[in-house]
Amino acid sequence: MAELSKVACQVMWNRLISIVEEQAQALVRTAFSTSVREAGDLSAGVYNAEGQMLAQAVTGTPGHVNAMADAVPHFIRRLGRDNILEGDAYITNDPWEGTGHLHDITVVTPSFHQGQLAGFFACTAHIVDIGGRGFGADANSVYEEGLYIPILKFFDKGVVDQTLIRIIRGNVREPDQVVGDVYALATCNEIGHRRLIDMMKEFHLTDLQGISDFILTHSREATLARIAALPRATATGQMQIDGYDREIDLCVTLTIESDRVLCDWAGTSGVDKKGINVPLVYTKAYACYALKCAIAPDIPNNAASLAPFEITAPENSIVNALHPAPVALRHVIGHMLPDTIYNALDQILPHTVPAEGAGCLCNFQVSLRPRSDAPAPLDARRAEVLMFNSGGSGARPSLDGMSATAFPSGVMTMPVEATEQVGPVIIWRKELRPDSGGAGQFRGGLGQYMEVGARDGHEFDIQAMFDRVNHPALGRHGGAPGAATTIGQDDGTAMKGKGKQFVPHGRKVMMAFPGGAGYGAPDLRDPALVQRDLALGYISKETARNVYGLTTLQIADAIAAAMNGDDI
Amino acid sequence: MARLGVDIGGTFTDVVLELAGSLHSAKVLTTYHAPEDAIVEGLHKVCAQAAISPQEISQIIHGTTLATNALIERRGAKTALITTEGFRDVIEMRTESRFEQYDLNLTLPAPLLPRNRRYTVLERMDARGEVLIPLDIDEVGELAADLATAGYESVAVGLLHSYANPSHERQIRDILTKALPGVPISLSCEVSPQMREYERFNTTIANAYIKPLMARYLDRLAARLAAEGADCPIFLMHSGGGIISLESAATFPVRLVESGPAGGAVFAAELAARHGLNKVLSFDMGGTTAKICLIRDHTPKTARAFEVARSYRFKKGSGMPISIPVIDMVEIGAGGGSLARVDGMGQIRVGPESAGSEPGPACYGRGGLRPSVTDADLMLGKLDPLHFAGGTMPLSPEAATLALQTCLGTPLGMGVTEAAWGLAEVVDENMANAARIHAVENGEDLAEYTMIAFGGAAPLHAAGLCEKLGIERCLIPKGAGVGSAIGFLHAPFSFEANRSVFMRLAAFDPVAVRGIFGELQQEATRFVRFCDATAEILAEFKVYMRYSGQGWEIPVTLTEAQALDADPLVYLACFEQTYTNLFARTVAGMEVEITVWSVNAHTPRTETQTAAPVTAHPAPRATAQRQVFDAASGAFARSDIHERAALAAGHELSGPALITEAETTIIVPASRRAIVLSDGSVALHKKGE
Repeated sequence: MAELSKVACQVMWNRLISIVEEQAQALVRTAFSTSVREAGDLSAGVYNAEGQMLAQAVTGTPGHVNAMADAVPHFIRRLGRDNILEGDAYITNDPWEGTGHLHDITVVTPSFHQGQLAGFFACTAHIVDIGGRGFGADANSVYEEGLYIPILKFFDKGVVDQTLIRIIRGNVREPDQVVGDVYALATCNEIGHRRLIDMMKEFHLTDLQGISDFILTHSREATLARIAALPRATATGQMQIDGYDREIDLCVTLTIESDRVLCDWAGTSGVDKKGINVPLVYTKAYACYALKCAIAPDIPNNAASLAPFEITAPENSIVNALHPAPVALRHVIGHMLPDTIYNALDQILPHTVPAEGAGCLCNFQVSLRPRSDAPAPLDARRAEVLMFNSGGSGARPSLDGMSATAFPSGVMTMPVEATEQVGPVIIWRKELRPDSGGAGQFRGGLGQYMEVGARDGHEFDIQAMFDRVNHPALGRHGGAPGAATTIGQDDGTAMKGKGKQFVPHGRKVMMAFPGGAGYGAPDLRDPALVQRDLALGYISKETARNVYGLTTLQIADAIAAAMNGDDI
Repeated sequence: MARLGVDIGGTFTDVVLELAGSLHSAKVLTTYHAPEDAIVEGLHKVCAQAAISPQEISQIIHGTTLATNALIERRGAKTALITTEGFRDVIEMRTESRFEQYDLNLTLPAPLLPRNRRYTVLERMDARGEVLIPLDIDEVGELAADLATAGYESVAVGLLHSYANPSHERQIRDILTKALPGVPISLSCEVSPQMREYERFNTTIANAYIKPLMARYLDRLAARLAAEGADCPIFLMHSGGGIISLESAATFPVRLVESGPAGGAVFAAELAARHGLNKVLSFDMGGTTAKICLIRDHTPKTARAFEVARSYRFKKGSGMPISIPVIDMVEIGAGGGSLARVDGMGQIRVGPESAGSEPGPACYGRGGLRPSVTDADLMLGKLDPLHFAGGTMPLSPEAATLALQTCLGTPLGMGVTEAAWGLAEVVDENMANAARIHAVENGEDLAEYTMIAFGGAAPLHAAGLCEKLGIERCLIPKGAGVGSAIGFLHAPFSFEANRSVFMRLAAFDPVAVRGIFGELQQEATRFVRFCDATAEILAEFKVYMRYSGQGWEIPVTLTEAQALDADPLVYLACFEQTYTNLFARTVAGMEVEITVWSVNAHTPRTETQTAAPVTAHPAPRATAQRQVFDAASGAFARSDIHERAALAAGHELSGPALITEAETTIIVPASRRAIVLSDGSVALHKKGE
């Protein structure tokens, strides 16, 4: 490459990353589902004409990392190159060719410059409802999980497919939201396309070949350099989690070679009867994410930087479920994969990875309706309300875990005040859960308490999507486990961690979400930090005394400082 | 009438005196321990220049980073929060997400108040403002006694859904006022009555946290200025670009956050009016950061929230949200002192880390070893090593060369020139990307904009930034170095009142709408009337609207008649027009709703003298020449050097050239020509225009 264009290439690479960020922001601003607009469950990327991903927006969630990179080639293959025309936009929610479940809709838009195909833009968003049984674990096959949209044209040379819109409207519970989100996806690709063409004009490019080679070559070389610096080794990591009604064993073997990292899931449990199975695309996404965080965190995601991470899993294992397995809650297992990988990686790269954390998001959906046990008030109504919540993350080799913070997921929670505007739900409590962070030299992050009910005159079903009821996060190097998930009604009625469950009028669901595990033995923890945790109410007096060995005097000092409102 | 503008910045305190249409300015070092000392020093300097006594000053308008710094440095009062039972940790749990997804050792910013300073009471409103659990007065009384014992200096009250019904918050205030005499109390329903508890609580806490400090400072300042003879009314610049009374500022000090940059935007807006420019991009580049703001029809864009004290490389989400009316700008870590490095990908990265004033850029020769933007500018010929800062501070090309070669050139296999070029391109690109994203978020196309550039480093980079953004024309005003303080003198008295009231257009209630707007107008007008007993007070009406189910509202401006006639069809038409402008198409068949209502009351903006047109004629021959790097051709080009003081209105010259003055240098690239306008501004035009 000519000397002069080195600077131009640097500039254009930055520009492409900025373009996909604009694309993602436009999606957040125009989306309808709370999962997209409040929680950021989305992703956006730009591709060259061959369908290789050149840049992916930082805004969004890792669940789409590799899935997005794979998606565009599926579109090219299914549609045929001759059928890709200016003004088109394509759509799918295929779990195996998109991002893992029917609730993620992907829209791909070809980008033409001077009549030639220059590249593609793709974006994905998680919508609140896609019909079927509703978002939950209870389906026995993907057919029960909602409307399936194969890869097809949403815009045909600029003309919207009204038949498709009518089919979507007729099959989902919140048609305005879903159709609005599909439009938002198309809009955000269009904004990316406009910026790309501006850039091509500014740099007098007729195609993306040169810049694409520059990005992919640099990314490949940088990634390979990181891998080459690692010890050549093999290690196996395991984790057991709740599953739906039988336990699931996750097992991964990592092999670090000179120019690639192999990550194989042989030994993992088989496909489950219920909707917690994971298509391989989603397994690849979270496996790559976990490895990149530990090995090459600063290298942007694209086809070349992801390629050296080779993820494999036996067919019909729960992490490589084939059609028509039910997959709606693939995130429950998918979010547990990074911790499993870290159980292996810790043997190869000591002092690098965290202890186990809450793992999967603590999500639930409530379907509210007028009470059926007695006459309902006139203003009682139906509504679907989805909430994303997080437990604690695992303690790090030299830092405490993060309390009520999503890891590995990248989504946000929804504000309680915004949620209560959506439907007649009342969130009675949402605050940190003391003593839930696993003890250790570095403490696990705290989980949280939530209590959920309905406004007077309503009853509801809750779709629980929780794990770690029977299998709390385990500590590393002497750290203690985090607290387990609990769920029940306020009158003591027991509830399950997964599945749709009825809650009668007047009852509340009381939930405690899990904490992250500790790192290092608790007796190595700095007593000043234990006193601080006590003063802030992160731990109880009993834990301070019994687990960390604080003296009565130290405990009294901490409590007095807290009462006095000291700056702690 | 003599008016004084005072801007306290991180390094300098700028003081500008306006007397009979002419300006006198002074820059003095900021005195952190007692900021009023620098003001007094500057006051006497400008009074001496203008040959008047401080008694003759009729009005002082003040902006300060003090409030911002107190939040960044956590130097506020011992503050307690009282909140709804079950929600003690809202400000600590934030959005439950990580702002940097690939850093396993991420540290989240600590909440402004530690957990032991956050107290709860049993009570609950629902989303419609109806009481689910009444407030327990006795419990509040007991809590008040505990707070008194602990010796809190300030209290914030933030209850769930108080924007919809403030009665519980007000009852708590009544009890606290009796139990804690003299302790200031901030209610969330007054500081920031908007939905979304995290933002509202945090804003209220920030207000409470800096209230005692700011009240003390403002008292001291007034007394000190009076003692120096300047016994005139003092007003404060607020984040929204208007001015408020000293008393309002002491009640709502959070509204002073980022008031300096807001003054800069007002300065640019005034210039826009003077030159009849309806679409302006203001570009303010100093030593540490660059600020970019859109100005439509001589009015800076405003927003309802921003983030202060970003803890992680200026990254979005790493600071704390403050929801108050603000001038909407992006601030990024790109200034003259921003440092460059090579990342793991062999890419040049610049900022946000800054060399500051100590050690400063490598070329200052004070021990800086890493290359900064200023070092690159020097090696590209944009700065004259012997005449920097009016010749008071010679620069070292050797030190700059060494830093560029060691940190960038050698690792990347580049020469010093190419490394400097790369560094300058990257920082320009960073600023251009920030400007582009900001424009997209506002649905604007920058190609139609004129840039107004000010701040010490801006004239060096303005033309390059224009090329990247496709901007044809750029203005560099006189007094660019003290732009914010000048801006204070042009700001109107103003106060924006906001309220969250949720209303679907399908259930539009004209009586309620008139009631909401009436109350907001009354509230906003009261603040303005307090500043000026006689002036005409104008009001601007805005509603924030969206399709039912969307999360982000868009601001829709209404005329007073449209607002108060309250016809839902008119509201819908205005919304669809605005939505189309932003996102190209409306979404068919969706319900539309209103979430926030806003009235901005203000005095009329100062009449602006339109700049007289000039007849272009060639500037006097350049006195000297030097080699300056031209990014477009990738080579050095021989460039004329003109002194700004020697140029008069109408003088025109062609790039490549430099126009030098004591504080800065204007770069005129080969692609542009410069013309001096009647008000002394220098305009850079694309050739062939």
